[in-house]
Amino acid sequence: MVIGVGNRMRGDDGAGLAVAERVRAAGIAGREHEGEPVGLIELWSEAGASAVVLVDAVSSGATPGSVHRFDASSAPLPATWSRSTSTHALGVAEAIELARAVGRLPQRVVAVGVEGACFELGAGLSPAVEGALGEVVEQVLGEARALLSSVEAPDAARS
Amino acid sequence: MSDTPRTRTIRTDYLARVEGEGAMYVRLDGEQVADVKLRIYEPPRFFEAMLRGRAFGESVDITARICGICPVAYQMSAARAMEDACGVAIDDGPIRDLRRLLYCGEWIESHSLHVYFLHAPDFLGYPGAIEMARDHREVVERGLQMKKAGNQVMTVVGGREVHPINVRVGGFYRAPTRSELRTLVDPLERAREIALDTVRWTTELSFPDVDRDTELVALSDPGGYPIDLGRIVSDRGLDIDPAGFDEHIVEEHVEHSNALHARMRDRGAYLTGPLARYNLAGDRLRPTALEAARAAGLGPQCTNPFQSIVVRSVELVEACDDALALIAGYEPPGRPWVEVEPRRAVGHGATEAPRGMLYHRYEIDDDGTILDARIVPPTSQNQLAIEADLRAVVETHMHLPDDQLAHRCEQAIRNHDPCISCATHFLTLTVDRG
Repeated sequence: MVIGVGNRMRGDDGAGLAVAERVRAAGIAGREHEGEPVGLIELWSEAGASAVVLVDAVSSGATPGSVHRFDASSAPLPATWSRSTSTHALGVAEAIELARAVGRLPQRVVAVGVEGACFELGAGLSPAVEGALGEVVEQVLGEARALLSSVEAPDAARS
Repeated sequence: MSDTPRTRTIRTDYLARVEGEGAMYVRLDGEQVADVKLRIYEPPRFFEAMLRGRAFGESVDITARICGICPVAYQMSAARAMEDACGVAIDDGPIRDLRRLLYCGEWIESHSLHVYFLHAPDFLGYPGAIEMARDHREVVERGLQMKKAGNQVMTVVGGREVHPINVRVGGFYRAPTRSELRTLVDPLERAREIALDTVRWTTELSFPDVDRDTELVALSDPGGYPIDLGRIVSDRGLDIDPAGFDEHIVEEHVEHSNALHARMRDRGAYLTGPLARYNLAGDRLRPTALEAARAAGLGPQCTNPFQSIVVRSVELVEACDDALALIAGYEPPGRPWVEVEPRRAVGHGATEAPRGMLYHRYEIDDDGTILDARIVPPTSQNQLAIEADLRAVVETHMHLPDDQLAHRCEQAIRNHDPCISCATHFLTLTVDRG
């Protein structure tokens, strides 16, 4: 499943949510979440997801609209994710590590970060992020399909 | 961290485990605490502006967006204020019961997050939930199970887990059936057991010996423990209708924060939240929660903010028990809402969010257009009291190294579960030692 994390009321922080919406339109399970860590763990636990792509806005100083990717299946998100001023990167990093500590982390977890430009209350997506969405969605769909096949393969072999 | 002979500064990039964003600054002048400031970036101001010009019925959906942890509190205070403006009072009956049930769900969700994931690490000696989880998986599992029961109440009554969509001014769009509510009985009974275990577990924790003398303010509901309605009372004699809020409580702009700080006119700081509710209305707890409190050694008064984890656990028992009683006595209403006709008026609403009293005031026009909105969240009411707690902590722990002092300060803030904005998770902490 794809989980878009963010807050639509805070400018580019809504990027993850916009991606989840478009992913859903493409026929892949896409959920939206505010990024509170325990709620995130519940979301993927309840769904029994074995593979998750988390999409969030980040603010690391890179060019707005650029895309970061990190496979968190067996390693924590790097500090640049959790120390950024992105409003929810910390929630995502915490959720992953908390879940890992109690054995509730899906088998495969990939985080995709969209570099944001503006996180002001009441703002919409910035042109840079809006313009990058199509590409981000394609990348996320590619990740999702690859993960799905990687976790489904063992099942297919058994049946 | 930087050191000079004259000044030491501690800076942590964020204060973990506090919902929201903000900053704390402590300046020491020798052995004196020269200054303590808690800075808060507060979204309600933005929402107040956004509400102006919107229809009165939209208030419940717009204000629910202010907080991802306590949307029901915003919805309930907004609905009550709008109903008050329009001359409607839903103080009993099945619609009120459903509101209270939904609110219990939010208390369960919010308190379980705070007790098990945010506050527990402070007492078990871990920097955070992740480190705690590695050694105390059972605490995390308890928290997850507990919170899930709250989620289920929110889903069945509110229409979904967060930001309920079933709430309207006057009641609900749709009332759940009795059999739908019955599906909540098993999870709530299990949650009540977990909550009782948790109250017992808190007796194993050790608490610093702190005794705060802050005015305590909570709602007073003659029918039970205060959640969804009541007069505003304090332990210093305040006893007013929510409409009297402005007369007794002033909000001031302070230079270091874009939030308004509320204070009791002529008296100053006051505290709302679990400690205030327990001290003012502990005798109205249902028997199960009251017995649990007494068995855990909690007397009729509790003025140690560190013990708020015990009080929150008792309130978890109360919320589960109350929810079960509401479900047992539920008769679906003929129509799940009452008609609320707009008129030009001002209305006030106050309810008990998990972290404290939440006050809304609206002025609406004849056609229901919102002319003015005012939202006073619990955190801005508690801000002065939290600063006073911080000052006391710094005064008594000045001898600690900077990092340990900073950690003590964080704990003092966390005691009050401040929902600084829910929009972000960052708080900068600075300690200057002159």
